[in-house]
Amino acid sequence: MKKVLMGNHAAALAAKLARVQVAVGYPITPQTQAYEMLAEMKAKGEFPGEFIAAESEHSVMAAILGAATAGARTFTATSSQGLAYMHELLHWVAGSRLPAVMVDVNRALAAPWNLWTDQSDSLSQRDTGWMQFYCSTNQEVLDTVLMSYKIAERVMLPAMVVLDGFTLSHSYEPVDVPEQSEVDAFLPPYKPEVVLDYKNPVGFGALVGPKEYLRLRRRMAADMAEAESVIEEVGREFGAAFGRRYGQLDAYRCADARTILVTSGAVGSTARAAVDALREQGLKAGNLRMRSFRPFPAKALREFVRPGMRLAVVDRNYSPGAGGIWAQEIKAALYPRSRASVHGYVAGLGGGDITVELLQEVWKRVDSANASVPVAETWVEDAR
Amino acid sequence: MKTSIPVEERMSAGHLACQGCGATMSMRYALKGLGEKTVFVIPACCWTVLAGPAPKSALDLPVLHSPFASAAATATGVKAGLTARGDRETTVVAWAGDGGTFDIGLQALSGAADRNEDIIYVCYDNEAYMNTGVQRSGGTPEGAWTMSTPGKAGSARPKKDLDAIVLAHHPAYFATATPAYAEDMTRKFAKARTIKGFRFLRILSPCPPGWKTDPKDSAKVSRLAVQTGLFRLYEVENGRMRLNMPVANRKPVGEYLRLQGRFKGLSAEAEAAIQASVDKIWNEGKS
Amino acid sequence: MPLLDDDARSLPRVILSTRRMSENKTGNWRTMRPVIDRHICTGCQICWKYCPEACVKLTDKVPAIDMDFCKGCGICVEECPKRCVSFVPEASV
Repeated sequence: MKKVLMGNHAAALAAKLARVQVAVGYPITPQTQAYEMLAEMKAKGEFPGEFIAAESEHSVMAAILGAATAGARTFTATSSQGLAYMHELLHWVAGSRLPAVMVDVNRALAAPWNLWTDQSDSLSQRDTGWMQFYCSTNQEVLDTVLMSYKIAERVMLPAMVVLDGFTLSHSYEPVDVPEQSEVDAFLPPYKPEVVLDYKNPVGFGALVGPKEYLRLRRRMAADMAEAESVIEEVGREFGAAFGRRYGQLDAYRCADARTILVTSGAVGSTARAAVDALREQGLKAGNLRMRSFRPFPAKALREFVRPGMRLAVVDRNYSPGAGGIWAQEIKAALYPRSRASVHGYVAGLGGGDITVELLQEVWKRVDSANASVPVAETWVEDAR
Repeated sequence: MKTSIPVEERMSAGHLACQGCGATMSMRYALKGLGEKTVFVIPACCWTVLAGPAPKSALDLPVLHSPFASAAATATGVKAGLTARGDRETTVVAWAGDGGTFDIGLQALSGAADRNEDIIYVCYDNEAYMNTGVQRSGGTPEGAWTMSTPGKAGSARPKKDLDAIVLAHHPAYFATATPAYAEDMTRKFAKARTIKGFRFLRILSPCPPGWKTDPKDSAKVSRLAVQTGLFRLYEVENGRMRLNMPVANRKPVGEYLRLQGRFKGLSAEAEAAIQASVDKIWNEGKS
Repeated sequence: MPLLDDDARSLPRVILSTRRMSENKTGNWRTMRPVIDRHICTGCQICWKYCPEACVKLTDKVPAIDMDFCKGCGICVEECPKRCVSFVPEASV
């Protein structure tokens, strides 16, 4: 059934459709409506799971650790400082190999205070062991939450579904909301192997030595690698069930393009408009939208890239002392086998507009650049 | 065979506690009172280590190890997860030290108490960060030596009144306990198990290396804490306080303090001040 | 150099605590040994009650201390109302 939903509501509705057993929340802009909608659905009896209104994000993720170890399917949503405050528990949940799913609404990290979209919150959690998926529409938010449970429960790693603050979280878009029976057919109940149960008194998370620790992390690496194909597989299954297919990458008009705008999140929609505009000018532009950040889709990217290709990577984030994070990771994934060049552009930090015009300019700059010149990152702002 | 506390042991020998550890005595009595249908959440504390490294455990019940600040929140989640899976009979216990309760875990504790989560929160209070080698916590009493309050005068601040903080949240059940009174402690856990809502127990838990006591004196020093009136055994239910062990002829606090090397630097004036503060509390209790 | 890459997916995801610490004998921590005088012991069970190791067994009227685990803390020596537990140096046993 088609509904007009804001991104936050698409997220909360997806949690309900996934038959989440324990939802935990805490308010933070711009995620708050997801939390409020869960509370409202619980109050109205529409959400049969347990709902915990925690007193901080640290406790939100701790409660998820407890609930998931007890064997429940869990959900929460957060943003920015809230995600940063969870950091310790993000490692704990991933290390415990719990398939929790969380929505992060991108918002810049302080100081100074800023409320608007920026990937510095989610990308700074890149080493926690959570998978990360970036969405470009509210439909994709709903779909990705549903797919995330299936992926997470298959590889036993938690997943973060990321959407842009305000641009998606507060924007109303038409969303095709599947029937509960359709979701049930796609997503079976979560059946964990071992849970907290007095009939089987085992301990979780006790001290291990270096040898065991290394082996556990090696297994995590293997499961992350496995996730690359599981994401593709579940994306195909989702496509077969609902008619919308997803993968790690989403290429738009790239077949004959030499210079590609590489984007993530809601900028993807803008980039498509920019590509269309460039094509109308007779220019062979394309857009590659990165859907997965963890596991990093290195293999898929190497398959996509052709020699001589120029990648104009737009980063709405910045790692001080290193550069735009997507650009870094793409360079690392392509080195040394690819003869493509990677051109980093940092734009739209703290919620600045990344417009169709700006993206066209970035594309033209990269397309006309001397590709043999080593590319430093370039900071750009909207002309308005 | 008739015994004063249940015979069944759910804490196994072979654990890694120091000799004369009050936290193991307390755990043993707690488990005797709680019984089989219990799940434990243990944040960073001595019990993290002394339960043993994986794949072994000194506790014959399910345990979830959690980060330092999160005992009450993790237990909240465990209870919700069990409930969601249809298990309404298991008792969920958060078992934390004083550092994890008075200090770093206070926010999560307050949140869980405020929500009246259906869990039992236990603070085994050995009055300092003992697992990291004796540093001051909010539970350290005035005048006690720790590695972070060196010198003769010891800790300059009075012990934080955690009981008052917890009671301000109107818990369903509140009790204090100490291992010298094993029957009392076991009874309180057995009782807490039958009550719904947020339940809290604070256990004064002797620590030979941290208190600088002889390991053989762990029951004795625990008993003296009660007999001198420094530590009151009481319960609060429905807002009504009941003193379990009214002490008719209180012993001088010096008998408790002098067993412990951590109070070695205490001056006569400081000891008199402690005596006066104990007298004041008990005299208030009379009126 | 052992490589962990060949069969990484057969490595464990988590290591659960499924065995008991009673596999870990702590008797060698002991420097002093408690010895119960069977003739004086009244079977009051106080040594059993206070043992932090849970290693005093109530099989008989006179309790038996499991020396595989006793760390020699001396609480039973101190708490015995009949003073019938003596504390002897381990070296002399």
